[in-house]
Formats: sequence, structure tokens, C-alpha cells
Amino acid sequence: MLTFTIKRLFSALLTLLLISIFTFSLAHLAGDPAIAIAGREASAEDIARIRAHYGFDRPLVQQYLAWCGQALVGDFGRSYHYQQAVSEMLATRLPITLILGISALGFALAISLPLGIVAAIRPNSLIDRISLGLAVVGQAMPTFWFALVMIVVFGLTLRWLPISGNASWQNFVMPTIALGYFATPALMRLTRAGMIDALESDFVRTARAKGLSQTSILFKHALRNVMIPVVSVSAVQCGAMLSGSIVVEQIFALQGIGWLGYDATVRSDLPVVQAITLVIAAFYVLLTLLADLLNAVLDPRIRIG
Amino acid sequence: MSAVLELERLNVRFPLTSGVLHAVRDVSFRVEPREILAIVGESGCGKSMTALAIMNLLHRRAERRVEALRFRGEDIARLPQRKFNRLRGDRMAMIFQEPMTSLNPVYTIGDQLEEVFLRHRAATREDARRRARSLLEKVGIPAPDQRMRQYPHQLSGGLRQRVMIAMALMCEPDLIIADEPTTALDVTIQAQVLALLKRLQAEFEMAMILITHDLGVVARMADRVLVMYAGEIVESGPTRRIFDSPSHPYTQGLLRCLPQLSAADDADARLGTIAGVVPSLVGEVRGCAFANRCPHVVDACRADRVAVAAAAAEHSYRCLIPPERTLANFRETAR
Repeated sequence: MLTFTIKRLFSALLTLLLISIFTFSLAHLAGDPAIAIAGREASAEDIARIRAHYGFDRPLVQQYLAWCGQALVGDFGRSYHYQQAVSEMLATRLPITLILGISALGFALAISLPLGIVAAIRPNSLIDRISLGLAVVGQAMPTFWFALVMIVVFGLTLRWLPISGNASWQNFVMPTIALGYFATPALMRLTRAGMIDALESDFVRTARAKGLSQTSILFKHALRNVMIPVVSVSAVQCGAMLSGSIVVEQIFALQGIGWLGYDATVRSDLPVVQAITLVIAAFYVLLTLLADLLNAVLDPRIRIG
Repeated sequence: MSAVLELERLNVRFPLTSGVLHAVRDVSFRVEPREILAIVGESGCGKSMTALAIMNLLHRRAERRVEALRFRGEDIARLPQRKFNRLRGDRMAMIFQEPMTSLNPVYTIGDQLEEVFLRHRAATREDARRRARSLLEKVGIPAPDQRMRQYPHQLSGGLRQRVMIAMALMCEPDLIIADEPTTALDVTIQAQVLALLKRLQAEFEMAMILITHDLGVVARMADRVLVMYAGEIVESGPTRRIFDSPSHPYTQGLLRCLPQLSAADDADARLGTIAGVVPSLVGEVRGCAFANRCPHVVDACRADRVAVAAAAAEHSYRCLIPPERTLANFRETAR
């Protein structure tokens, strides 16, 4: 298990390194950042001064290393637009997106696991048909549209929930559903398919031959095997939710990372865009790492090669 | 002493879109204490289905009809699932054909062994561990303590089948059903596992139903044999008698397929085969199911279901032609 963890950590770090190079290059591929900061009307001297001020005149490798070194200690530079430390901005925005992401994944799993399991126990039953219907609708419905419908129904007509801001937990209800709902169909169908396979597997037949209870067969013998692919896909879905949160946060004016990312992109606020890209990518890598480690705990075939 | 298991008129059907598949038709037999009863037949003859039906392990789309299924005198055919589960794994156990996939890959060998004992006995985990350890020793697994901490993928097929045998014996059942227990194993391992099964069956004084397609295994292991063809029993009797005077043309055909060392001096001797294929079991089977492959077939064979006839006290067969006629032909062609 230790060797496995070290190996996975190493490859995660390698991935992060590649991402940081890519993120850094983004800024310089997009054009001369000095011109972007100075604006269209600036004189050649102004641009030269800005270039020297931000260190854009140094060799690229040197700039990258300097940026990396600062990023490692949590210094992502200052926002061009807000003239505020990017790290401070991230510190206030990140928790909002994290709460949203975790509750959305929790929502997706809370819906998809029970439905998938029940559907697998009774394939082609009414509950299986209904959950299949939900899956098709869920996969076909664009998040932004679903979010707007919820705002109209629960926010404006029924007035049950606030439609914007992040003042209380109630502000997170609709964004959580909007973001989590999109991941539900894939997880539900995966659970159902995995459970059907597991229930027809030889080892479940052995468990039945041993006279074990239905509870033990379902939750001890079948479910643990089903969870292995579900964990991997959950990590991917959670990563997709981080990007999905850009749309959802925008709609509900929930001022998290996604909202900030959109704002910074519109304003060409490069240090902010770079930092957000790096943070989201780092989260993605972290999620994959967590999923790998969790799977190694669940499945001895991964742990003991 | 009364029979361990009595099965009366077992039928297993699968409703398909193309019709009803009659996988097992009117199978009846009894298993006496401490005997090994072999069920022999080719793939698809219903022998595994019969075993699964007894253990109530059939696929959910299968329809099981049975007139009576008595276990040590008690009718268990209509026992509620919860009560049946008290017998299953405790008084009756099963060993499967596929040792590679029959163990759960995510739990240790020890856990999967202890689990049966904890389920059926008021035992502590420590008791269960001791019991598992002693059974692993009994089935000839070296370093049992270390094996108990391992996972199925760390064991070879032969070892896994030994673990399955140990698991079936955890509660000292009265009846053990072994469904082709050696088919998936190497030939050298096969002989070892069979010898082990036979030794344990005697030691634990269990009755055993041994399902196989291998007449060599039958000769070595069984006290009595049931020959199945196309979902029904075509012949049954003591092993010696079946090998000496097979009375159903199908049994005779099977025995002709056995290679014999005595035939080696005759360089031109060819191994026997049974011409033709098994009939489809979808829809009603009319007359004798073997009629289309039988060298002795007469018109009457195709008319009605053939009744069971007695050849001797414990020996019966399902054929219209008297065995005197078919046997003479068998003895000539088999030598």
C-alpha cells in the first residue's frame, strides 16, 4: 500500500508540474501581457516600463521558475484589475466553490446510489423505468436551463428559496441541485449496471449458497465491488462539476471560484486566470489521487499487485 | 436410516421469447447417508440445473416446480427464504465449477471462511478463525495462517478450489453438492482434489452429489450414478452395474467414448462417438429425446414419453428396447 501511495503521489506531482507549465504558457501564448495591461492607447515607453515592472523582459524559463516559486508559497501575484493579492481573492472564493462542489457530489450520490441499487435488484420494474426516465431527462437537460427553471419555480413563483448571493445555506440549495443533477444519470446507470453484474456473479452465488442474509449479500458482497468504478467516475464527475460551477455560480450570483474565473477572463486579468486554472487543475489531480487511493483500499487487487 | 435428500419430479423451465425451455424434466432421486451419487451427462443435459435447483440458486427467470424436496425427512421445497437460508451453507453446501470467480475478490480468504461459521453458529470470531484454520489444514493448504490473510487473486486455481471445499465443510454439512469441482483445474491437480473430496466425504460422513461429465471420475468416486440426457434421467443404478451392463443406448454410447488401454493392441481401434446433436429443449419434447441419435430406434420411440423400466433391483432405465438386445451390440462394439 505504501509503495502504491508513493507511486501515485509521484505521478500526481508530475501531472501538476506539467499543468503549471501549461498554465504559465497560456499567458504568453495569448499575446504580449504588457500590451494587455497597458491598454490600446499606451505609448511604447509605457509598455516598456510595464514590461520591466512585471519582469516580462526576462527569459521565459526564469519567469516560469519565479512564478512557480511564488505559487509554491501561495503567492500568485496581484490582480491587474482589483489590485489585490490573488491569494487573498482565492481564499475568500474557494470555500464557496468547495461547499458547492462537495454538496453537489453528495446530492448526486445520495440520489444515484439508492436508485441504481433498487433498479438493479428489480430490473424493468416501475422504479427502474422511472429512474431510467430521470436519467435520460437529466442527461438531455442543459444545466443553465434547468437552473433558470428552478429560479422561476422555487425562487420567483413559490418564493421558497433565495435566487442569488451566498448569505445562508439556503442560497446553496438550488445551485447544488443544478450542479449535482447533471452527474446523477451517469452515476446511477453505472451503479445499476455494476450491481446487476455483481448480483449475477459467481461470488454472489457462493454467498447465497453459504446462506448469508440478503443484507450481507447486497451490502457486503455486491456493493463493495460495485463501488470501485463508481469511485473513479465520481472523481471525474466532481472535476467536471468544478468547471460546471462557472455556469452555475454565474446564474445564482454565487461568488465562488467559477464566478471569479468568468469575471477575470472577461477582464483579461491574467494572474487571476492563471491561479484559478492552476487551482482547479490541482483539485482535479487531488480528486483523482483520492479516488485511486480509495480504490486501493476497496480493492486488494490494486493494493497487492 | 432415512434418505438425506429426496427429490420428486423436479422441473426447471425458462420462459424465452421463442418458447419455453425445458431444462430439467421430471427428475426424481434420493441420496442416502454417506453415499456419493454421481450425476453424469453432457453439457446442457440439466445436471447443473438440478444441483442449483436443490440449493435454490437458479437464475431469477428460471421457474422451478417440484412435487417434493425432502431434506432429512423435512419438506423444504416451500420453505420461506429466511428458513431455507438456515439450512443452506450449514446442513447442505455446494462447491462450484469455477474456483477462479467463485470467491469474492475484495475480501480475505479468512474472512470468507469465517463468515459461514459466524452465520450459522453462535460462535466468536476467534472460534471461527480457529475452525477456518483447521479446515484449511484438512484440505491440505500449507501455511494456513498466512493464506487466511491473503486475497483470492494471490492463490492458484487449485488452492482456490481447496478453499471452496474448506468453506463448504465449515459447518460439517450432511450433504455436499459438488458441481464439476475439477473441470477448471489442471489434470494433475484434478486427481488430487478428487482424492481429497473422497477422503473428506468419508471422514465427515457426508452424503455427496457429484456432478460431472467425466465417466472416469464416476468410476473412481461414485457409489451410484444417474445418467442425464436432455433434461431427464435416462438411467440410474449402482456404479458397478452401470459400467457392466448399461441398459440405455445413451449410456452405452457414453461408455464407448471412453478410451480403453486394452484396445491399444488393436491399432485400428477408434474412439467411439455419438452421432448427431442434442435436440432443442425449447417446446415440448415428444417421445424419447435420444431417438434421433439412437442406433436402435424404432417407430414407437417417437410416439410417447418412454416410461422407466427396471433392469434389476436398484437399476432402472428409460428405453423401450429390452437391454438384452442393445447390450449384445454394445459389448461387441466396445471391445
